[in-house]
Amino acid sequence: MSYIAKPKVHHPALKPNAIGLTRRDYEGAITTLCAGCGHDSITAAIIQAFWELDIEPYKVAKLSGIGCSSKTPAYFLREAHGFNSVHGRMPSISTGAGAANGDLIMIGVSGDGDSLSIGLGQLSHAIRRNVNLLYVLENNGVYGLTKGQFSASADPGSTSKKGETNTMAAIDSVLLALTLGATFVARSFSGDKEQLVPILKAGLKHSGFAFIDVISPCVTFNDHEGSTKAYAYTREHQIPIVQADYVPHRDEITTAYDPGAVQTVTLHDGSSVNLRKIAEDYDPTDRDRAYSFIRDHQARGEVCTGLLYIDPTSSDMMEQNDVVPAPLYNLPYENLCPGSTELEKLQARYR
Amino acid sequence: MSNRVNDFAFKIATANGTGSASANGLIMQTIFRMGIPVTGKNLFPSNIQGLPTWYEIRVSKDGYTARTPVFDLVLALNAATYAKDVAEVRSGGWLVYDSTWPLDPKLIRDDVTYVGVPLAQMCGESFKGVRERILMKNIAYAGALAALIGMDPEIIRGLTLEKYSKKPALVDSNQKAVALGYDYIKANFDCPLPIRLEPMDETKDSILIDGNTAAALGCVYAGATVGAWYPITPSTSMMEGFKGFCTRYRRDPETKKNRYAIIQAEDELSAIGMVIGASWAGARAFTPTSGPGISLMNEFIGLAYYAEVPAVVFDVQRTGPSTGMPTRTQQGDIMLCAYASHGDTKHICIYPCDPREAFEFAVAAFDLAERYQTPVFVLTDLDIGMNDWMIPKLTWNDAYRPDRGKVLSAEELEAAKSFYRYLDVDGDGIPQRSLPGVHPKGAFFTRGSGHNKLGGYTEDGDEYQEVLDRIARKVDGAKDAVPAPIIKRTAGAKVGIVTVGGCHAACAEAVDTLIAEGTPVDYMRVRGFPFNDEVVEFLNSHETNFIVEQNRDGQLRSLLTLETNVPKSKLESVRYYSGFPMSAHHVLSGVSSKMAVNA
Repeated sequence: MSYIAKPKVHHPALKPNAIGLTRRDYEGAITTLCAGCGHDSITAAIIQAFWELDIEPYKVAKLSGIGCSSKTPAYFLREAHGFNSVHGRMPSISTGAGAANGDLIMIGVSGDGDSLSIGLGQLSHAIRRNVNLLYVLENNGVYGLTKGQFSASADPGSTSKKGETNTMAAIDSVLLALTLGATFVARSFSGDKEQLVPILKAGLKHSGFAFIDVISPCVTFNDHEGSTKAYAYTREHQIPIVQADYVPHRDEITTAYDPGAVQTVTLHDGSSVNLRKIAEDYDPTDRDRAYSFIRDHQARGEVCTGLLYIDPTSSDMMEQNDVVPAPLYNLPYENLCPGSTELEKLQARYR
Repeated sequence: MSNRVNDFAFKIATANGTGSASANGLIMQTIFRMGIPVTGKNLFPSNIQGLPTWYEIRVSKDGYTARTPVFDLVLALNAATYAKDVAEVRSGGWLVYDSTWPLDPKLIRDDVTYVGVPLAQMCGESFKGVRERILMKNIAYAGALAALIGMDPEIIRGLTLEKYSKKPALVDSNQKAVALGYDYIKANFDCPLPIRLEPMDETKDSILIDGNTAAALGCVYAGATVGAWYPITPSTSMMEGFKGFCTRYRRDPETKKNRYAIIQAEDELSAIGMVIGASWAGARAFTPTSGPGISLMNEFIGLAYYAEVPAVVFDVQRTGPSTGMPTRTQQGDIMLCAYASHGDTKHICIYPCDPREAFEFAVAAFDLAERYQTPVFVLTDLDIGMNDWMIPKLTWNDAYRPDRGKVLSAEELEAAKSFYRYLDVDGDGIPQRSLPGVHPKGAFFTRGSGHNKLGGYTEDGDEYQEVLDRIARKVDGAKDAVPAPIIKRTAGAKVGIVTVGGCHAACAEAVDTLIAEGTPVDYMRVRGFPFNDEVVEFLNSHETNFIVEQNRDGQLRSLLTLETNVPKSKLESVRYYSGFPMSAHHVLSGVSSKMAVNA
């Protein structure tokens, strides 16, 4: 990816957050993606989410695999370590990094090729382990960097720019995540920042694997009439099911909605998400019903969006493995090495 | 024949999954506790139950631990392998069989003495239930052997008490089974045989341990906190060992929480990814695997090499190519590990020769990986990893502190004018490193794509080449940091014998034999790659060097040819790669046939 330093110009009128940083402090290099790319809108939403959460950028690790989406960590949080790894393998890098330093706030950015083809295995097992990671799948149904091949999320019957028709079944990442036991499953649309930002914030605060599939049209190779991941198609078929609002721990929960339709879910650190149920019969804490609800709507050609499922009791990989809360990388060596006396004692076993 | 005290070998043939391992262990340990040097080789199938398995025990008053191809006694308890087993008894030796049934015609030889023990019958009469009868038959043969070769019954008794201290019923049945075999032999045969044991005092400073366990212990002592793995024979017991030691030593005394994380990955690709992720974030992380795992890890290894992330990989080698023979030993990954991944790469490799070095090199591997910010391979093999070796007791220097390399702290980053991840600040090719989550000034973008010395993405040829050349210098610089070769010179020697890893036991014995027979030879055991100058000097100082190794293609010889200026003509190859551990005889016959040709 090209690395073009972006001049950091602070406008005096820019609003600082609680730790005195403006949105500029959360930006990165200038994007090299195509003009109008959905991924750039997601990057903007990510910047907004981190800024709103008052997170110090250097405490974040941003990780990715290979592909257009995987380039984007260069475009936000310049003061955070980035890791652009190998194709489809970001989940394992994140798993290791999270094991070494549980204090890292990790965001992984991936695409549909990276996640659903070459990296399907790693994604699945990171979900199973409940790695403490916000995983953003920027889903455009197409291989952009290699110029327009179908990806595994392309819907059957959709056409490529060259006019070919996809005949194979699509892998729906949201249904996959639900099936594999994901503890936080959401879908949004790159063009819907209002919906996306609160979901990203809730995902960052979730203890465990927060999976967000964001439909992100590829303006160059997949924004034509036969595509089900185009701007026009998605705008027309998107059905918000649950509108999420993230409420930090320190803020009083204000009921902006009709109480009957709001469900408040308290997260690990005491913060909460208010879920405004647009579809009255939808329960975002019932995995099985969420699954069939999404499936039914899918059959009608509708794309359900919002925070679709959340398990507020989720405990992440490190908690499940009963690991000390202090980051492992930094434990004093004296607490790790049993020493010579113990070695002598131990060896009675081998006599 | 005259007595052969404390210098003989025997072999026990059974079927897999019948519980013979505990009887074989009991025999080994008894001899060891009698103060007599002993070594055992478990030749087992890739199977859980039913296929043939052998256990070979060599007793050597001189302390030789290599496998021996000559057996003075064979205990043939597996009808499926009778023909093969009886053929392995040396002329004049003994064959022990279960005389519950008549002697199988396949077992009959004129030059062998037969010792029949009705093991199945006795155990059938003395124990209840199929399972106990089968298990105790093994202990009964240990008892019979004890009488035949003169094992100390008190030591056997003591071991049984220790092993089953919490299960008194098992103590009773085990001692009863030992007595069945022991008493039967005493009553019916003139014993002990001329091959016999007499107590010595040669093992009090030694232990019996396998290399996987020792390497796992090394990881604990090195301060490793993250282990990621995918189960694969013959490396599996290493992570099991690590887990066991961590349970003992790595629990927070107050909260009982773990000061380690072990992650069983979905495959080896993921396992190495986790190691790289954890190392990138600053933990000492490792993965144990074998050849097929290394093949899968190649892409990631290239990333770690190019992005300069430490990673420690234990390759417990087995036979290849492909699945090969998973329960047989080989040194088939020497070339693979040296240059793993696409593009120009070269990796630090270290080669322990036994469990003691597996322990020590495990610690060294983490220091090297962090110092040089690159993958480090520790190459053992199935023989080192899974067999019990008699080695001097492990020792530890409490003054040891991990070498974390050039990792900048938050304070150092704060004070620094600037930080660029891939800049050669000190002129040694090793750049400074920062960890995520420590300080805003340490931020950089780790990538496997082209990057320049400032850490920025590049497609500029000069910028790319500058970084690649520096990495080459960096890794070459490790040649003086890897364990130096062990060299033993003998006056008048004209030829050198050179080997690596687990072949040492066979080579050391062969070297002694050659010298005793009047052929002085020099000996070198290579312990690390990149090769240092001593290796090159040794090779150049002989007209002929015999490169002894366990693979078909002479991989160590290939690597020496590629990576030194030594002419190929000076390097003769001696190879044994059937999958069983090498014995001195393989070295001697290989060397002498080539010497004869050269003479």
